[in-house]
Amino acid sequence: MIRLLQIEFIKLWNNRASKILIVSYFVLLCCIALISVIKFPFGKGILLADLGIFNFPYIWHFNTFIAAFFKLFLAIVIVSMMANEYSNKTIKQNLIDGLSKKEFVLSKFLTVSIFSLVSTIFVFIVSLILGLKYSDYNEISIIFSDLEFLLAFFVKLLGFFSFCLFLGIFVKKSAFALGFLVLWLIFEQFMYGILGWKFTSWETAQSIKNVFPMESMQNLIKEPSRRLDAVQELGNQIGTNLSYDYHVHWYQILIVLVWTMVFVYASYALLEKRDL
Amino acid sequence: MENILKVNNLTKKYGSLTAVKDLSFTIEKGNVYGILGPNGSGKSTTLGIVLNVVNRTSGNFSWFNGNVSTHEALKRVGAIIERPNFYPYMTASQNLKLVCKIKNVSENKIEEKLELVGLLDRKDSKFRSYSLGMKQRLAIASALLNDPEILILDEPTNGLDPQGIHQIREIIKKIAAQGTTILLASHLLDEVEKVCSHVIILRKGEKLYAGSVDGMLASYGFFELKSKQPEKLINILEKHGDFSEIKFANGLITAILKAELNAEELNKYLFNKGVILSHLVKRKESLEEQFLALTKKQSN
Repeated sequence: MIRLLQIEFIKLWNNRASKILIVSYFVLLCCIALISVIKFPFGKGILLADLGIFNFPYIWHFNTFIAAFFKLFLAIVIVSMMANEYSNKTIKQNLIDGLSKKEFVLSKFLTVSIFSLVSTIFVFIVSLILGLKYSDYNEISIIFSDLEFLLAFFVKLLGFFSFCLFLGIFVKKSAFALGFLVLWLIFEQFMYGILGWKFTSWETAQSIKNVFPMESMQNLIKEPSRRLDAVQELGNQIGTNLSYDYHVHWYQILIVLVWTMVFVYASYALLEKRDL
Repeated sequence: MENILKVNNLTKKYGSLTAVKDLSFTIEKGNVYGILGPNGSGKSTTLGIVLNVVNRTSGNFSWFNGNVSTHEALKRVGAIIERPNFYPYMTASQNLKLVCKIKNVSENKIEEKLELVGLLDRKDSKFRSYSLGMKQRLAIASALLNDPEILILDEPTNGLDPQGIHQIREIIKKIAAQGTTILLASHLLDEVEKVCSHVIILRKGEKLYAGSVDGMLASYGFFELKSKQPEKLINILEKHGDFSEIKFANGLITAILKAELNAEELNKYLFNKGVILSHLVKRKESLEEQFLALTKKQSN
C-alpha cells in the first residue's frame, strides 16, 4: 500500500502544475480563517465573526460547508492525473512494467483517500483554532459535539474525487472530463425536472434525485446560514419559518459510499475491458 | 530447458478483423528470438497480449511455467513496445525511480543502466527534451533496471536515424552477449538476422514458421560462378545432378544445390571438364531470401 502511494506521489509531485494546485488548495483551506476578519460596513462595522459563525459546534457545519467548495482545485488535479496516464500512454508502460490493473486503480484511489483525509484534518485544525479564538462556548463537550460534519466532509470529498477518477478513465482527456462533470450536474437537474414534470410528483422526483451521485454529495452538508440565530430572527420578522433538517443522516453517507464503490469498481472494470 | 513463455492457441479479434490467429510458440531460456512479419501481421498485438495490455479473445499463455501471475511475471521481464512512454515532465532519473518502485527493485542500478545506454550525463534533463533516439535508449535502460530474465523489444529501431539504429543494435548485442533471453519483433530482416538464433514468422496473424534460423529452409546453399565460357559451364552444371536450378543473369551464374557439395570439389570437377572459373562463391540464403521464399511458398 505504501508502495502504491509512493508511486502516485512521484507522479504527482514532479508535475509542476499539480504541485501548484495542491499547494494552493491547502493554502485556501487555511484561508477560511480569513473570513473572521471580514467586516460588514454597517454602522461601526459588524465583524462576521461576531455573528456567531465561529461558535462551537456550528463552526463544524459552517467550515466544512465552505471548505467543500475548494474541492474543485483538487478535482482538476485528479482528473488530469488520470487522463494524463492515457495521453502520455504511461498507463501502458506501468502495466508492462508489472503493475496490475487492480494496483493501478488502487494507487489512484488511495491517493484520493489521502487527499480527502488530509483535507478533513486540515479543516478540523483550522476550525478548532478559529473556534477556540472566537467561540462563545468553550466547554469540551460542546466543542466536540456535531463532529459528524467532519465525517460527512470526508465522505463527500471521497465520493466526489472517486467520481473524478472515473471520469478521467472514462473520458481519457482531462478537459473533456471536467466538461463532462459539469454536464452531469446539469443532467441530474434535468432528470429531476423531467421526472417531476411528467412522471411523478415533485416529492418523489426529489427523493429520486437524492440518490443521484452529485445530489447525494450535495445533501451531505446542507447550506448552514439558515441555522444562524441572526438569520432565524430575520426570518421570523418577515414571517417565514426557516427551520430545517440540517443534520447528517447515516443513509446519506451510505448513498455516497455506495457511489464511491460504484465509481472505483467501474474504473477498474473499464480498465480491465479496454485494450490499451 | 526452462520455458520462459508458452503461448497456446492465442487468438485476438478486433471486430471482424483477426489480428492473431491460433498462435502457439514457446520461448526458452538463453535464446535470442526474432518475431518476423510484415507490418500488420500481429507482432505487436501478440506482445501486447502477453504483456497484459491487450485482452485476448481466446487461447492462453503462461510465464515462467505458469507459476506466477502475469503482473508478477512482468516484474521479471523488461519490455519496450512501440514508442517509449514516460512522464514528459519528469527527468530521466525520476522516471527510472518510478519504474523501480513499480518493479519493486532497489534504485541503485539506475546510474549503471543509464551509463550502459550512454545517457548518464543527461540524467537530470526532462524526458520531453530528449530526441527520439535518446528516448528509445532510456526505454532500454528502464527495461533493464530489474536485470530481466527476458528482454522484449518491439521495433526498437523504428524511426531512428542510422546513428541511432547503430547505437541500439550495439546495446542489444551487448545484452545478448550477457546471456539474457531476448525477444525481438521487427520487420527489418537484417536486424533479426544479425542477432537472433531463433525466429517466429507471422503473416496475417498466422504462424508460418517457428524454429532455428538455420533450419528455416532445409537448403544446401548455392554457388555463384563466373567464367569466360558461360554456356559450356551451364551445360556441365546441368549434367552434374547435384543442382536443382541454374540461373544466369548479368554474367553471373547462380546454381542452387540439392545435395551437399563443397566448393573445392566443384572447382576441381569443373577444371577437369575444361572450364576455368573467374569467380566462385558458396553461400547460404540470407534470412531475407528465406523469408521471401517461405512467404511465397505459403501463399501459393
